[in-house]
Amino acid sequence: MADVAFDDAANLARAQPLRPVASEAPWFRRTLVALVLAIVGVLLLAPLAVVFTEALAKGLGAAVSALGERDARAAIRLTLLVAAIAVPLNAVFGVAAAWAIAKFDFRGKAILITLIDLPFSVSPVVAGLCLVLVFGANAPLGAWLVANGWPVIFAVPGIVLATMFITFPFVARELIPVMQEHGRAEEEAALTLGASGWRTFLTVTLPNIRWALLYGVLLCNARAMGEFGAVAVVSGKIRGQTNTMPLMIEMLYNEYLSVAAFSMAALLALLALVTLTLKTALEWRYADQLAANRRH
Amino acid sequence: MHIEIEELAKEFGTTTALLPVSLSIPSGALVSLLGPSGSGKTTLLRILGGLETPTSGRVLFDSQDATGLSVQERRAGFVFQHYALFRHMTVFENIAYGLRARPRRIRPPEAEIRRRVTRLLDLIRLPDIAGRYPTQLSGGQRQRVALARALAIEPRMLLLDEPFGALDARVRKELRGGLREIHDQTGLTTVFVTHDQDEAMEIADLVVVMSMGRIEQIGTPHDVRSRPATRFVADFVAA
Repeated sequence: MADVAFDDAANLARAQPLRPVASEAPWFRRTLVALVLAIVGVLLLAPLAVVFTEALAKGLGAAVSALGERDARAAIRLTLLVAAIAVPLNAVFGVAAAWAIAKFDFRGKAILITLIDLPFSVSPVVAGLCLVLVFGANAPLGAWLVANGWPVIFAVPGIVLATMFITFPFVARELIPVMQEHGRAEEEAALTLGASGWRTFLTVTLPNIRWALLYGVLLCNARAMGEFGAVAVVSGKIRGQTNTMPLMIEMLYNEYLSVAAFSMAALLALLALVTLTLKTALEWRYADQLAANRRH
Repeated sequence: MHIEIEELAKEFGTTTALLPVSLSIPSGALVSLLGPSGSGKTTLLRILGGLETPTSGRVLFDSQDATGLSVQERRAGFVFQHYALFRHMTVFENIAYGLRARPRRIRPPEAEIRRRVTRLLDLIRLPDIAGRYPTQLSGGQRQRVALARALAIEPRMLLLDEPFGALDARVRKELRGGLREIHDQTGLTTVFVTHDQDEAMEIADLVVVMSMGRIEQIGTPHDVRSRPATRFVADFVAA
């Protein structure tokens, strides 16, 4: 009986090619991998290499002293400040929006999801123009704000608003699928065990979404520091005051100060690389917990 | 604790999950809500636990109106269909959760929490798994941990939603006896939802047969089997 079954299996194996059904031919796999590596090399690695070589074209000293200029330091400070305001706020909004969408059923949920995606589909320049139309000196609200000493456009608040608009979807988008997959049962269990809503959020919801949240925050941060279009419209590009790093890079480049421009660009790229390294390190450190979260 | 359900109804938007139903559950009874999916049995259980609010009707716990009580105030030990164990916590922390969540005033000291969790692990006959995570447990072990977690808060009643639904047939048989045993040891009024009539008949004192949001029959397993009240009950029990 067993022998017969074994023979059948052997026959079947002989009749079929000796590889998993879902797999492709080796040459096809190799071509695909080569293609991906080529694209990654040309589109991602080569530009990065160019940025760093151009920045260091006249030596490390020149690059560092370019970054030490007063206006350059102001631009770095402003970019960090804007990210420090916009990212935490968007993290909170993102968690709130994802929570509402994933855990409750209400009218207009589909519209809310679409609205969250809006910044992805609207051109950043258009977003910036919208802010100018609302908060500019020619609009009633903008005029009132200027008269009271709180200018938004051509000032830091406008840059923060533009950055927040552009980076709004990142945290929510990361969290919604994770929260929807987890469902509400664990939160309900915590409530039946006597935990308050806030305690349930802190001890059950937050630990379950922490990796998605971290990832969303890192993406949001990278984009917040790198945003150009929307910020360019509202900033007014006043050197030393409303110039962020990306705007500064363009300005320096247009003035043929290529070492200064590429040094700034290299620093911006480094900041992004640091966030990515941080994420990878954390993933590596907590690999077992991550796996446990997924398997459940 | 004696549970009295008076004309309880629930609508979700335009769909009616529960027509006005009334039911009296004597203190210390082991009651099964039996019916096919969509019969309203889980909705009824969730209303008892405070996870849903009824559209109309009242719930009385020991003759006191409990309809407006929050889920925390009810102190119902709830076992969820897929157990809903906290996946980022060890078995120990899962069971201790309800005790740690208490306001500082009535929170037991750490040594007492440790003692109680150990006792509960003994009760579910899994004394050695305190340090494991839910993903490292079998289905049957998860179910028993969920039961221990629900018991840890010293509940006034035990509510179980398809407690054996996600288990294979052999484990299911084994755990049925386990639930009956724990019920007899704790003396807690226990309500469990099931769609499996064998399960209901084997361990419940009282079987409540439900269909389409209404109660078809309330009776002992023997009554329901030998004298089905409606055509539906006769068909369902015979199946």
